Amino acid sequence: MADMNEIDKRFDIHEIAKNKMADIDRYACTIYCCHSTGCKSSGSDDILELMKSAVAEHGLEGKVRIVATGCMGLCAQGPLVRVEIKGQKDVLYKRLEPLVARIIISEHVIPALKLEEGETFELPEFLNKYVLSLDLPFFTKQEKVVLKQAGHLDPEDIQEYIARGGYLALEKALKTMTPAEVAAEIKKSGLRGRGGAGFPTGLKWELAAKVPVVDDKFIICNGDEGDPGAYMDRSILESNPHDVIEGMMIAAYAIGATEGWFYIRAEYPLAVERIEKAIKACKKTRLLGNNIMNSGFNFNIDIRLGAGAFVCGEETALIHSIEGKRGTPRPRPPYPTEVGLWDKPSCINNVETLANVPSIILKGADWFSSFGTATSKGTKVFALTGQVEHSGLIEVPMGTTIDTIVNEIGGGVPNGKKLKAVQTGGPSGGVIPAVDIDLPVCYEELKKVGSIMGSGGMIVMDETADMVDIAKFYLDFTVDESCGKCAPCRIGGKQMLLLLEKIAKGKGTKKDLELLKKVAVAMQKASLCGLGQTAPNPVLSTLRYFGEEYEAKVAANEANNREAN
Amino acid sequence: MGDTSVATQVAAKWRKKRGALIMALHEIQDVKGYVPWEDALEVAQVMNIPLARIYEVLTFYNFFKLDAPGKAVISVCTGTACYLKGNDKVLEEFKKELGIGEGESTPDRMFHLQCVRCVGCCGLAPVCVVNGKTYGRVSVGDVRNIIDEWRKKFDDEDKELSHG
Repeated sequence: MADMNEIDKRFDIHEIAKNKMADIDRYACTIYCCHSTGCKSSGSDDILELMKSAVAEHGLEGKVRIVATGCMGLCAQGPLVRVEIKGQKDVLYKRLEPLVARIIISEHVIPALKLEEGETFELPEFLNKYVLSLDLPFFTKQEKVVLKQAGHLDPEDIQEYIARGGYLALEKALKTMTPAEVAAEIKKSGLRGRGGAGFPTGLKWELAAKVPVVDDKFIICNGDEGDPGAYMDRSILESNPHDVIEGMMIAAYAIGATEGWFYIRAEYPLAVERIEKAIKACKKTRLLGNNIMNSGFNFNIDIRLGAGAFVCGEETALIHSIEGKRGTPRPRPPYPTEVGLWDKPSCINNVETLANVPSIILKGADWFSSFGTATSKGTKVFALTGQVEHSGLIEVPMGTTIDTIVNEIGGGVPNGKKLKAVQTGGPSGGVIPAVDIDLPVCYEELKKVGSIMGSGGMIVMDETADMVDIAKFYLDFTVDESCGKCAPCRIGGKQMLLLLEKIAKGKGTKKDLELLKKVAVAMQKASLCGLGQTAPNPVLSTLRYFGEEYEAKVAANEANNREAN
Repeated sequence: MGDTSVATQVAAKWRKKRGALIMALHEIQDVKGYVPWEDALEVAQVMNIPLARIYEVLTFYNFFKLDAPGKAVISVCTGTACYLKGNDKVLEEFKKELGIGEGESTPDRMFHLQCVRCVGCCGLAPVCVVNGKTYGRVSVGDVRNIIDEWRKKFDDEDKELSHG
C-alpha cells in the first residue's frame, strides 16, 4: 500500500505544487526572458543563452533562476528581460543587446545579491537607458486576468503552472461541482465569446450539455486567429498553454465531451509546439487520459493545423478543415452544438474564452463580473498596433475608453501626428473616428458605432491614413479569402473591389458610389457565412465617417471630365 | 526511392487517424518544401483518398505549395499593421530587386517571394520572414541587404561543400 501512495503522490497536484514552490523559493533572483515570437524576432534567443552562460561563469546557478517566458506585452521594445531579486524592486529591461545582457549579471544581479537585508540597490547610471519603467501607464492602466501569468511563467513547465495554482480550478470543478453547476457558474459570470461574436459562453455550454452523447461529443478550441493585425490568441497559447488546456477540460466536463481538439493556424509554429508539449506533460502527469484526478472523468486532446485560410475561423468551415477537407462553411442551423465535427455534437470556443474559464471557476462568477460593463463582463485582450507609440499586447476591463487605450496605455500617436481613427474587428469590423474617442470598448457600444469587438485587433491610424485605401485593403483581403461557395460573397466582393479601385484611382462617378453601397448591403444580407456578411463593414463604416474622402475623389474626377468635355 | 518513402511513411502514420489528410500534407511539405504530384499520388493510394480530393484541399489552402520554391522563401507580411507602416513598398522593392512577382521563384531557384497574412509580430511592423528568420522594422533600403545576406549564406555553403 505504501507503494500505491508513493505513485499517487507523483500525480497529486498539491504535492507537485509544494515541491515546485520549495524549489522556486531556493532562488534569491529570477530572471524572466521573454521568449515569444515578437521578442524572438528581436534576438531573445541569444540573450537567453548569454544570460545562462554568464550565470554559470559566475557560479550562480544555485541563486539565480532563468526562465524563458511568454509575451510580456510591449513587443515593440523587445527583447525584454525582467529581473526580480528578493527584497529589491523589479527591473524591466528593454531592447537588450547581447553585451548588455552579460553586464546585467555582473553589474546588477551580483552586487544586488551581496546586499544585506534592508539595503536598497542603486542601478548603475549607464544601465538606466535600457530600463523600461514599470510605472508607465502601459503597465499600470492594464487589468490582467488572462495575461496575468504571461511573462511570469515558463510555458513549457507544467510543474510551474501547477505551483502557481494551475489545475486547482479543474480539481474544484471535478470534485465539488456538477457539470450543470459549472455551466451555471460560467453563465452567471457573464463571460461572452472572445472570438468576436460575443455569444454567452455559459449558454452555449448548457445547449451543448443538453445534446445526448452518441459515441462522441467534442469540445473544440478555435485558434485560427486570422485577422491581419491581431495576435492575442497566439500570445496566450505561447505564454500560458496550460491555462487554455485547463479551460478546455473544465468545458469538456461541463458539456460531457469525450474528446478535445485544438485547431491552430500553421503560421503559428511556436504556439503549436507549446500546446503539443503541454498536452504531453498533462498525459505524463495523468491530467489527461482516464479517470482524471480519480473523478471518473475521461478526456483526451489532439491538435489539427490550419493551412492558411481565413474563412476557417468560421465554425462550420473550421469543422470541415479539422475533418481534413476544404474549409467551406455550410448553412446553420443545424448548429455545431447539435451536428458538428464528424456530425457529432461539438462546442467551439475561442482561445481567450477558454483561458478565462479557470479563473472564473476558482474565484467565482461574482469576482469576474466585477470587471466590465452591465452587458460586457470581464477583461479583453487587444493587440494594439499601427501608428501608436507603445505597440503591443494589452488587457483592459471591458468598458475602458478608446482614449485610455490609445493615449494613456498606448502613449498616443507618434511623431506629433493627430489621431484619425481606430479600427477594430479586422476585415469584419469598422473604424471609430477620433471624435468618438470617449467610447467605452464593449460589445454593444462598438456595434452602435458600426464596428464590432472582433477578436481583439485594434489598429491606430493617424491623420495621414487614406480611408478609401484602408477600405480597399480590407476588401482585397476578404475577396482573396472568400471560399467561393456562395455567389453574394464571391461575386459581390469582387464587384465592390473593382468599384473601390476605380474610385481610389480617381476614375469613379457618383453612380459608382451609389452602386458600391447597394452591393454592400446586398452582400451583408445574402451571404452564407460571417465572412461575406461582414466583409462590406470596413467599406460601409469608412463611408459613414469619412464619406467626404470618397466624395472628394469622385467630385475631382467629375470636374476633370467636365473640363475635358 | 528516397522520395517515395517520405510520402508513404507519412501517409501510413496518419492513415488510421481522424482528420488526417491536412496533417499528412503538412508533414510532406515540411520535409520537401512543397507537395510534389508523385507524393500526392502516394498519399492517395496509401490513405485511400481520391487524388481529386487531395488536390481540392491542396489548392484551397494558401499554405500548400505545388511547385518547388526557391531556397530562400521570403515572406512579406501583408497584415494591417505592416500595411499601414509601408510593407507594400517593401514588397515592390523585393519584386524589383529579384525581378519576380508574388508567388514566383527566381530562375536560379535561389529566392521565392510570397505574401503572408499577419505573422503576429505587429509590434515590429513592417515585418518580413526569410526561412523562419524574422526581420522587424524593415525599410525599402533594407531589402538589398536582406537579399545579399542570404545570397552570401548560400554561396558560403556551396564553397564549403566544394572544398569539403
